[in-house]
Amino acid sequence: MDFLRPASWEEALAAKAEHPTAVPIAGGTDVMVEINFDHRRPEYLLDLNRIGDLSEWEVGEDSVRLGASVPYTKIMENLRGELPGLALASHTVASPQIRNRGGVGGNLGTASPAGDAHPALLAAGAEVEVESVRGSRRIPIDAFYTGVKRNALAADELIRAVHVKKADGPQQFSKVGTRNAMVIAVCAFGLALHPETRTVRTGIGSAAPTPVRAKAAEEFLNAALEEGGFWDNGQIITPSVAKQFADLCSAACNPIDDVRGTASYRRHAVGVMARRTLTWTWESYRGTRRLTEGAA
Amino acid sequence: MASPSGTPTKITQGSQTKGGIGESTLRPDGTLKVTGEFAYSSDMWHEDMLWGQILRSTVAHAEIVSIDTGEALAMPGVYAVLTYDDLPTDVKNYGLEIQDTPVLAHGKVRHHGEPVALVAADHPETARRAAAKIKVDYRELPVITDEASATAPDALLVHENRDDHHAGHVPHPNIVHRQPIVRGDVTAARERADVIVEGEYTFGMQDQAFLGPESGLAVPEEDGGVHLYIATQWLHSDLRQIAPVLGLPEDKVRMTLSGVGGAFGGREDLSMQIHACLLALRTGKPVKIVYNRFESFFGHVHRHPAKLYYEHGATKDGKLTHLKARIVLDGGAYASASPAVVGNASSLSVGPYVVEDVDIEAIALYTNNPPCGAMRGFGAVQACFAYEAQMDKLAVKLGMDPVEFRRLNAMEQGTLLPTGQPVDSPAPVAELLRRVKAMPMPPERQWESSEGADVRQLPGGLSNTTHGEGVVRGVGYAVGIKNVGFSEGFDDYSTAKVRMEVLNGEPVATVHTAMAEVGQGGVTVHAQIARTELGVTQVTIHPADTQVGSAGSTSASRQTYVTGGAVKNSCELVREKVLEIGRRKFGSYHPAWATAELLLEGGKVVTDGGEVLSDLADVLEGEAVEVEAEWRHRPTEPFDLRTGQGNGHVQYSFAAHRAVVEVDTELGLVKVIELACAQDVGKALNPLSVLGQIQGGTTQGLGVAVMEEIVVDPKTAKVKNPSFTDYLIPTILDTPTIPVDVLELADEHAPYGLRGIGEAPTLSSTPAVLAAIRNATGLELNRTPVRPEHLTGTQLSEG
Amino acid sequence: MRVNFTVNGRPQEADDVWEGESLLYVLRERMGLPGSKNACEQGECGSCTVRLDGVPVCSCLVAAGQVEGREVVTVEGLADFAKQRAEGGGCASGACGTTLQNAQQWEAKGTDSHTGEGTELSTIQQAFIDAGAVQCGFCTPGLLVAADEMLERNPTPSDADIREALSGNLCRCTGYEKIMDAVRLAAARQSEAV
Repeated sequence: MDFLRPASWEEALAAKAEHPTAVPIAGGTDVMVEINFDHRRPEYLLDLNRIGDLSEWEVGEDSVRLGASVPYTKIMENLRGELPGLALASHTVASPQIRNRGGVGGNLGTASPAGDAHPALLAAGAEVEVESVRGSRRIPIDAFYTGVKRNALAADELIRAVHVKKADGPQQFSKVGTRNAMVIAVCAFGLALHPETRTVRTGIGSAAPTPVRAKAAEEFLNAALEEGGFWDNGQIITPSVAKQFADLCSAACNPIDDVRGTASYRRHAVGVMARRTLTWTWESYRGTRRLTEGAA
Repeated sequence: MASPSGTPTKITQGSQTKGGIGESTLRPDGTLKVTGEFAYSSDMWHEDMLWGQILRSTVAHAEIVSIDTGEALAMPGVYAVLTYDDLPTDVKNYGLEIQDTPVLAHGKVRHHGEPVALVAADHPETARRAAAKIKVDYRELPVITDEASATAPDALLVHENRDDHHAGHVPHPNIVHRQPIVRGDVTAARERADVIVEGEYTFGMQDQAFLGPESGLAVPEEDGGVHLYIATQWLHSDLRQIAPVLGLPEDKVRMTLSGVGGAFGGREDLSMQIHACLLALRTGKPVKIVYNRFESFFGHVHRHPAKLYYEHGATKDGKLTHLKARIVLDGGAYASASPAVVGNASSLSVGPYVVEDVDIEAIALYTNNPPCGAMRGFGAVQACFAYEAQMDKLAVKLGMDPVEFRRLNAMEQGTLLPTGQPVDSPAPVAELLRRVKAMPMPPERQWESSEGADVRQLPGGLSNTTHGEGVVRGVGYAVGIKNVGFSEGFDDYSTAKVRMEVLNGEPVATVHTAMAEVGQGGVTVHAQIARTELGVTQVTIHPADTQVGSAGSTSASRQTYVTGGAVKNSCELVREKVLEIGRRKFGSYHPAWATAELLLEGGKVVTDGGEVLSDLADVLEGEAVEVEAEWRHRPTEPFDLRTGQGNGHVQYSFAAHRAVVEVDTELGLVKVIELACAQDVGKALNPLSVLGQIQGGTTQGLGVAVMEEIVVDPKTAKVKNPSFTDYLIPTILDTPTIPVDVLELADEHAPYGLRGIGEAPTLSSTPAVLAAIRNATGLELNRTPVRPEHLTGTQLSEG
Repeated sequence: MRVNFTVNGRPQEADDVWEGESLLYVLRERMGLPGSKNACEQGECGSCTVRLDGVPVCSCLVAAGQVEGREVVTVEGLADFAKQRAEGGGCASGACGTTLQNAQQWEAKGTDSHTGEGTELSTIQQAFIDAGAVQCGFCTPGLLVAADEMLERNPTPSDADIREALSGNLCRCTGYEKIMDAVRLAAARQSEAV
């Protein structure tokens, strides 16, 4: 095994080009477990800790550029307003110690369906900025997950940042685990309301081979909200609409039985979380709407 | 060779500490433990030491066709590779009671993760790589995983040609031990019953999950022997099993207790002890073995999973009529403590209740599942889960309050156990239930705050699954009985060496035992006993080793009772000798030396009237007194093999719990809000430590109620979750407040009236939580742990 | 490979480090600092918690090569670390301040342990001893580092804050009640000392 310690992003890209099998390590919260337990013996470890740029974020007009290694703790503490869904998801990641080290780049690189950031990124709408010596490109989050623990990265590419749309409405994130802290998701659900475009986006974790959106559920809800004039009248979403949305979210799952939970539990729980997060976000939307109207 | 770093040293507790028994004196090893200086077995280090690695079977049941170690041996940095063929003597098996466990597999493996070969190398990574290069060719055999497959007519035998002392009376060779208990006339009693309640209960496989993985350092010695620094629960039991395999007399296998990172039963069996010694003797170099968490799950026995079939009857005025019970424990591939677990499960299967007519049978199976043995509560835990579920069902059927129903049937001093043995010390079962019920209830809806729901207080916690939706509160009660000490005629004794001398003008007592301090605080209590009995302030605790006689096991809630009793006894003998010296030196100066009852107090010899006769320093000037003596509790008897009758136990421990839970009934997630406990401890030698034991035991019971289970694939008998990612134990956010009400009713037969306390709280905690979840959900819930699937009706696979 | 970094204020150098080694292994096996514990090596238990440039992390998940040029504080350096923080006022020894009886929800009475006489402890270390928060002690070093850092950020934590901050540290012996007591006690003593 060789340990590569690039001092700059350019050096890192060069190293990755020269050694495409090199495994990037930043927070280490995935890679080191695999090494400690003898599950993996990469030829090269590519340490990204010395590249300061990866741990920084910029809040732009429409979106946040979030460095791949910004620790979850920082997202929780600093980006709750701009990225509320991702901040909530960050808070559910493992333990304080892990949140101090791990960042979104690790979740994306590993592309495990259980990664906590995925549902929030899917729901918010994001692009992954990846780069190699050949150049830089942005991969829409919907196209990023290509299979079980597989992503759209080429062998010579590294994840540099994620561009996430700033919240224009309420967002929520829920995750089921069999413990009240420090638990891997049995399944997870992210929901974002986008009042500007009058759309709703979702993200489901750990209930299919990859993180997925419940697109049929989104389309159904978008239509139902439009039809009922809900965005304008701010009425409570009818229980039958909420129920059908929840059912469609369940139907979007393609789960398995494993030691953490059964497929049918996952399907069931995603439905419950979909209904609850819809209620929470919609209540919040109604609340802010009332406030805005009251001010005007 | 020089002593390794991390060699335990004597610890002297303070010149100002006055704390005798009954006071919450603090741990003598506390400072070392908070500064990181306390050396655990995995911290041991020796110049030039090698690292040992164990190759374990990847399948559960198979013939070993061949093992090829050539490539591993050829690796640079590898010093030795050992297999069964390298074992030095004819003794190739070990075991606590039945020597059925191979040091290294021979011809066959019987469970997933069985040790097959050993490697010693100069770096742990080299050792791992070498172990991976050993080629083992397995021919797989069908797996035996439950009672049906174990006792089927064509079942393969897990152990052929059994010749152990249980082989003759078991109905099938795949049954380790069977204990029936028959008393009274169940058929007639059943006739008197107005209600009958039946239940079939399942208890999952729990892991001790102590935090310090198995580890130790073996150092070869110049005389051809070996010195093993080890974390264990019982040095002398280890020694008895290690020495014959090495072909060494016991005095050439020196054992020193290294720091122990928790035990809970999981260190009663050997793990890497023999392996490290074999590698050290083969290479002539110190060898350290440290399991990682994955290996630890294969490196020790677990709590027996069990199926329990119960039928109770009761009259309409609420009196229990009879019990028919059948308890099937899965012992896995090797016997370990299975026979004794069967004895406990059967003899305590009735619980702390009066039931005169019983027909009970408990068995332990041999299967290809992971071996099971000792864990806190030891057979009594599984039974308590079942009988307490039955009590709730009966109360419902009779329309009675569950606590009142239990109180009506509660045993008391003088009650006969189903074994015919009278309970001859206080048994305040009804009182404990009354107390736990009387404790104030935690407030409702604690999650509500001015800023909305605090999810940390809700089921799901930080995962943000509910803000109160679907959340229902439930309350449940349970009570249990646990035997204290080794039962069934076992010669259960401890040895203590106590020395008293003057150092720097001050009298000092040194206590030397082989007791394994695993965290329970035995060393604290020993110092307190020495102060109380010898009137000194300074007490030195000598490291535990095999240079002194056996202290028995740190298990069965027995150490404060038995080794504490031995320390008290040796102190009394030392006191007599000190007084003899005093009489010889100063008897002529004061008549009271001859006539009065004399005590040692505050560093002086005083009369029972309080008159000071001499400073201890003057008495002991130039003379040291030392006594090493064994001490035993009252003898017990084996249970009759056909009827289960016999005075098998020596003491009992009782605890009751009230659980308050909040269940997210839609998602099936549980938050335990409070677990109140009332326990009789006889006499609290150290009240702070007593609380620590009760709260810790309670939390382990909570774990197996809602999350802890080793999952074994029934098709392959392979463990599916050997990690802390998937074997979950409670975090601080899963653990509620645990208010404790301590009752102290002295047992006149025990030292200071004390009662062993460590296990009882683990019994009743689990059924109390289950009862509370049933109360919240209205579901029957006949298995533990209860998973979200069981609360949402989604346990079946979709296909 | 060779790694240079600062441990508990002292520059250290480790040679012949295997590239897959963790910071935990280097501390324990190469630097004679076994205080950080190896309970799970997968970031699930917190027993190996150290501060890396001030931030609590699981040292089992930090590759040795990643600490080049950085600062690490382990349990062995915690007392000094706390003392330096407190210098210019405050009570680093923990010997001053709140009595046990006055600490929030305190139940059992402790008397002093004198086995550590002459050892200067941080407030949190002394509180763990006094409150009975130590049994086997294997989780203790990680808990101390995590709890000390929390009190640094949040000197008056609620019970829920304490539980959240320590949710990455497993303990199998105590049922956490005495750990809660210890942290409350340390918070009370620290606030009196200010």
